[in-house]
Amino acid sequence: MIVAERKPLDEIIEFIKDCKKILIVGCNECVTVCYAGGKKEVAVLASALKMAFLKEEKELEITEVTLERQCDQEYLEEIRDIIDQYDAVVSMACGVGVQFMAEKYLSIPIYPALNTLFMGVTEERGVWAERCQGCGQCILGQTAGICPISRCAKRLLNGPCGGSTKGKCEINKELDCAWQLIIDRLKELGRLDDYEKLIPIKDWSTERSGGPRRIVREDLQQ
Amino acid sequence: MSYPDSIRIIQLPCTGKVDVIHLMEAFQKGADGVYVVGCLEGECHFLTGNLRARKRVEYTKKLLDEIGVGGERLEMYNIAASDGPRFAEVAREMDKKIRAIGPSPIKVALQKISTINNVTVGRAVGGE
Repeated sequence: MIVAERKPLDEIIEFIKDCKKILIVGCNECVTVCYAGGKKEVAVLASALKMAFLKEEKELEITEVTLERQCDQEYLEEIRDIIDQYDAVVSMACGVGVQFMAEKYLSIPIYPALNTLFMGVTEERGVWAERCQGCGQCILGQTAGICPISRCAKRLLNGPCGGSTKGKCEINKELDCAWQLIIDRLKELGRLDDYEKLIPIKDWSTERSGGPRRIVREDLQQ
Repeated sequence: MSYPDSIRIIQLPCTGKVDVIHLMEAFQKGADGVYVVGCLEGECHFLTGNLRARKRVEYTKKLLDEIGVGGERLEMYNIAASDGPRFAEVAREMDKKIRAIGPSPIKVALQKISTINNVTVGRAVGGE
């Protein structure tokens, strides 16, 4: 899932300080799962913003909506009939949702309420961690299902480096060394011979270095 | 075993039911202070309801600080269900603490806005 967290309230308040009527739009997908921008978080943000305005003796009218997804046109269309009534929209989606809404609704400012951080997993309740950087050329088949691109600070393809100590990374003693994890798992799988095979230089053009990426599937296009 | 009449009790089956939005809305409606009273830690009938409530209270305190209402207006206490005297003592303690802090800025603003609206309505009626 895409993992995000709410921006400091001051930053959100600054966006909408001159507004009288806003629409807060949540998203029912990833940001609901990571408790950043679902229906509950929309309600809490609305309450906090109303109080922040009231404290300044200003009234702020807020409508709360949570869409199934903000990264799909069909769901974004659900607010087409009401969106013009507002001075601004505060989107609690990830950066993708905020941008797509801004592309669809040109005449109204769309502000982000979240900072989008990474693609990750729920390690335990209340703890999320990065697992994928979307490099466009997955090497998990060679690395025992553990990604050195997202989990090694140096993104080493043939690790570990000299900074790996007792299975931990030199940048943080709490952080597992991804290459130690890879070696341990290869050992468990009886595939340690694979560790001897050098992974060739990666073609980073499929990653962000090649510019914004796009997929076209003609068989699915209308 | 009396406690101050400023306290309004909202009953819940377990403090585990308390969500951030419930606490926020109490302040939004003008409460000067709010405190959650749960069972003693380790004695929750639902095992961890009171522990979860405390974490939500802590989270909400930070939110209240962020918007300038003041996290110190919100507290969590753990009192045994049979301990009436302690319940009354905490009620008096909280009442004293909130009176010392003063009225919530939200309540003050709500009263001002309602006065302004009433005056406006009054003038409009008078003008006719």
